[in-house]
Amino acid sequence: MKQAPARGRAAIALWLAFILACGIVISRSQFTTDLSAFLPRNPTPAQQLLMEQIRDGLASRLILVGIEGADAPTRAWLSRQTATQLRADPAFVTVNNGEPVSAERDRAFLFDHRYLLSPAVTPARFSADGLHAALSESIDLLASPAGLLVKSLLPRDPTGEMVQLLEQLNGGARPKMVDGAWASADGARALMLLQTRASGSDIDAQQRAMDAIRQAFEKASGATPSARLVMSGPGVFSVTSRDTIKNQVSRLAIISIAFIATLLLLVYRSFSALALGFLPVISGALAGIAAVSLGFGVVHGITLGFGTALIGEAVDYSIYLFVQSELGGSDRQNWIERLWPTIRLGVLTSVAGFASLLLSGFPGLAQLGLYSITGLIAAATVTRFVLPHLLPANFRIHDVSAIGYALSRLVQRAAALRWAAAILLLAACAILFSHRASLWDDKIASLSPVSQTDVALDASLRTDTGAPDVRYLVVVSGASMESVLRSCEQVSAILQTQVDEGELGRFESPSRYLPSTATQRARRLSLPSPGELETRLAQAVQGLPVSTQLFAPFLADAAAARSQPLLRAADLEQTSMAMAVAALLIEQGDHWSALLPLTAPKDGSINARRIRAALDATGLPDVLFVDMKTESDNLYSGYLHEAIRLSLGGLVAIIGLLLFVFRSPMRVVRIIAPLAAAVITVTAGLAVFGQQMIILHLVGLLLVVAVGSNYALFFDRAEHAPIAGPDPLAHAASSRTLASMLFAGLTTAAGFGLLSFSSVSVLQAMGVTVAPGVVLALIYSAIFARQARA
Amino acid sequence: MILHASSVVFPRVMRHLLLALALMPASVVSHAAQWDIDQLMRGLAQVRTDHSSFVEKKFIAMLDQPLESSGELFYRAPDYLERRTIKPKPESVILDHGTLVIERGRHRRDMQLQDYPELAAFIDSIRGTLAGDREALERSYRLSLDGTAEHWTLQLLPLKEGIQAVVSRIRIAGARDTLRSIEITQADGDSSLMLIEKLAAP
Repeated sequence: MKQAPARGRAAIALWLAFILACGIVISRSQFTTDLSAFLPRNPTPAQQLLMEQIRDGLASRLILVGIEGADAPTRAWLSRQTATQLRADPAFVTVNNGEPVSAERDRAFLFDHRYLLSPAVTPARFSADGLHAALSESIDLLASPAGLLVKSLLPRDPTGEMVQLLEQLNGGARPKMVDGAWASADGARALMLLQTRASGSDIDAQQRAMDAIRQAFEKASGATPSARLVMSGPGVFSVTSRDTIKNQVSRLAIISIAFIATLLLLVYRSFSALALGFLPVISGALAGIAAVSLGFGVVHGITLGFGTALIGEAVDYSIYLFVQSELGGSDRQNWIERLWPTIRLGVLTSVAGFASLLLSGFPGLAQLGLYSITGLIAAATVTRFVLPHLLPANFRIHDVSAIGYALSRLVQRAAALRWAAAILLLAACAILFSHRASLWDDKIASLSPVSQTDVALDASLRTDTGAPDVRYLVVVSGASMESVLRSCEQVSAILQTQVDEGELGRFESPSRYLPSTATQRARRLSLPSPGELETRLAQAVQGLPVSTQLFAPFLADAAAARSQPLLRAADLEQTSMAMAVAALLIEQGDHWSALLPLTAPKDGSINARRIRAALDATGLPDVLFVDMKTESDNLYSGYLHEAIRLSLGGLVAIIGLLLFVFRSPMRVVRIIAPLAAAVITVTAGLAVFGQQMIILHLVGLLLVVAVGSNYALFFDRAEHAPIAGPDPLAHAASSRTLASMLFAGLTTAAGFGLLSFSSVSVLQAMGVTVAPGVVLALIYSAIFARQARA
Repeated sequence: MILHASSVVFPRVMRHLLLALALMPASVVSHAAQWDIDQLMRGLAQVRTDHSSFVEKKFIAMLDQPLESSGELFYRAPDYLERRTIKPKPESVILDHGTLVIERGRHRRDMQLQDYPELAAFIDSIRGTLAGDREALERSYRLSLDGTAEHWTLQLLPLKEGIQAVVSRIRIAGARDTLRSIEITQADGDSSLMLIEKLAAP
C-alpha cells in the first residue's frame, strides 16, 4: 500500500464495513419480477382494484391447460387422468375439463334451496292467480322439447323455480366435449381450466402448481410421448417472466463482465488493475441494491437487469483514475487535484438527472432512480477515497499514450464533421417532427415481459375454453357482507334490465348464489302456510289439465321450506358455487367488496357510458364501474406523461447545476448541446426503426445525458484548462484523458449494448437507447468541442 | 290376321309392361332388390333444405289430457334444425352446430347439447335422420327399417343406458326422402306423436 497512512486505513475499514452492511441488507431483501413495479404507489379506488385483481383476483388464479399431439381419444383420456390426479391436490380449488364431477351436487343444492335462491319467489307468485300462471307456464314447457328435462320435477316444483335457477346460472360459452373431455373448437387440443388456491402473485405457489400439473400429465402420458402439455394464465406468465428475467439478468451480468474485463485487460495488461478496477463497480452495485431494498421493501428484477448495465458506467471512474494517472503515485495525487472536480461534477449531473425519477409515482422508475444515484455515488466515492489507498506503490497499467495521441489527432480533425453532424441533426429533427404522433407506446402491455408467442398461446387457449377475460367489472363495497350482498341485489336488477335490452350478454353476481339474508327471509315469507297453499292450489288448477293430488310433494316441500334455515356462505361448501362466491366476494379487514364481472353481448361490445349511467341512476354509494383495460392503459399513459415531465425536470436540474458551477450560460450551452444532439439522434433512430418508445426508453435517454455529461465536461475542461505554452506533459495528460473517455465509452456501450439483445422489452428498450446514445454523445462532444490547441 | 294381330298385340303388351315397369317407382323395384337403410339415408342426405308444418300431441300420464302443439319446422343440411312452435305458446327451439337455443317470450336460453345427453340423443335422432347421417344415428341407436320406399318406417332403439332411462323407442315414418311422422315412446310410458306436412319446395 502506498504510504498506508491512518487516513487510508480508516477509509478502507469504513468501506469494508459499508460493504458488509450492504451485504446484510441484501441477504434479507425480497426480490420480485411481476408487473407490480409498474403499478402506482398511491392508487385511486379503481386502480387499487386493478392492482388487487392483477395480484390476487379471480382471473389471476386461472391456469389454462391444453393437451396437444397424439389422437383425440388419447388426449381426452390424458385430460381425464391428469384431472383426476389434480383434483386430489389441495393446491387446486377446481379442475375443470368438462367431466360432470360436481354437477350432481350442484343440482341437488340448487333444488333443495330453490325457494331461498329463486328470484321469482314473491308473495304474488304463491297467490291463486300467481300459481295458476306459473302452473300453465310449466305445463306449456312440457309441450316443448325442453319439457323432457323438467317433466319429472313437475310434482315437486310446479312453479318451475329450478328452471328459473338453471336459466340464471347457465353460463356463457363452453368448449365442446370430445370423448368425454373438453376440446378446442377445431378438436386439435384437449382443454382444462384450473383454479389455484394460491393467488396469482404468489409466484412460488404458482410454480409449484405448474410443476404439479406437469407431473400429473407426465405420469399419465408416460406411454404416449407424442402428447404435449401447454399452459397459460397470469400465474404461468409470472413464473415464466421470473425465469426469463432471472436467466437474462444473470446471463447478461456474466457476459457483460466478461466483455468489459476483456476490454480492460487489453488496455491495462494487468490482472491486478482489472480486479481493482471492478471494486468500485461491485461497491456501487451492492449499495444500489441495498438502498432500493431499504427504500422500497422489495427489489424488482428489472432494477437488477438495469444494474448489470450500469456496470459499464460505474467502471468508468476507475478507468479515469488508472488511465489518466498512469505515471504512478505522485501523479495520482495530481489526478485527484486535476480531474476529480470534473468527475465529481459528472457524478452530480447524473444524480441531478436521476433524482427527478425518485419523485415518480411509479415504483419501478423510482427504484431505477434510487439505484442509479446510490450506485454512481458509491462507485465514484470508492474510486476517489478508497481505491488510491489500495493500489500498490508500483501500480502501473500499460502505457496508452499512443492511443491517446492518435485520438487527439482525430479529435482535432473532428471539427471537419461539423457540417455533416448538423445535417444529420436536422434530418433527425425532421424525422421526429413527422413521427411526433407515434413516438410513444402508451399501452401497458408494452411493459410486459411476456413473449409474443406466449401471448398468442394465451389468447388461443382463452378462446378455446371461453375463460373470462375480465375486463369490465362492477365493484360493490360495504362494511358488512350483508350490506354488500344487498347492494349486489340492487345492482343485479339494473344489470338484468341491461341484459334484457341486449346491452349486456350476461353478468355474474355473488348474490345469485348467496342472497342477502333480508332477501332470503323475504322469499321464505312469500310461502303461505300449508293449509292456505293447498286452498290456493285447488283454485289455481282450475282450467288446467292437472289435479291437486299430483302436487302433494310440492306442498310438503313448500311447508319444509318455510322453516328451512337461511343459507350461509358455509352451506355452499362442496359445490361449484362456493368457488364462485369465494372469487366474487372478498373480505378485506373490516371491509367487504363484491365483484360483478360483465360479459359483452354476442357479437357486440359493452357501452361503458350507458352502463355507468344506469348504475349512477340508482344513487347507490360505493358502486364502481371499472374497465380494467382502459384503467390500466390510462394508468400507464399517466405515468408515461409524468415520466416525460420528470425527465424534463431532471434536464432542468442538470442545467441549473452547471449554471451554478460555471456561471456562464454559453459554456453550459456548449456542454449540453452535444448531449441534446445525441438524444435527438437516438430518438429519431428509434422512430426510423419503428420502435415506439416506452417509459424505459426515457430512462435510457436520461442515462445518455448523465453519462454523456462526463464526456462533455472533460472536453469542456480541456478547453478551459489553464495552459501555459506548449507543455508536453499537459498535452500528454489531455490525450490520456481522451483515451480514458474512449475506454469508458466503450465499456458503457458494451454494458448497455448487451441489453438490446434481451427479450425482456423493458431491458431491451434501455439497451437500444443507451448504447448508441453514449457513443453519439462522445462523438458529438468531440465534434463540437472548441479546438483549444488546434 | 289373328296371327298377325297377335304378333302386333304381343309386342305392344310387352311394351306396355316394360313401360309400366320402367315407370314404377324406383323404390318398389329396389324393394324387390333390397330396399335398405343405406339407400334411405342416401336419399335423405340429398335434401339440403326443408320447410314443413307440424302438429304434435304429447300423452303425459300426469296430465288429464294430451298436450297439443303446432308450428313449423325448418331444416338446413347438415346440422341446423329449427322448431318454431306457434301454439299454444310461441316458442322457438333451434339446434345449430350442437348448440340448442330455446326462446320463449323474452327468455332466451343457450344450451350445449352435450350437457344434456338425454335431450341430445332425442334431438339428434331427428337431426340425424333428416341429414341421412347413419353413422351419428348408429352411435346412439340400433336401427331397423320396415316398409317400402313409398312408405317406410325407421325404428330407433337406444343403445346407451342413460338414454334408455328416458326414451324407449323412436319411430320415424316417411315417404321416400320426406318425413311424415315421428313417434316417441318414453321409458315412463309417456309418448308423443308429431305429424309432419311438407310445405313449400325449397
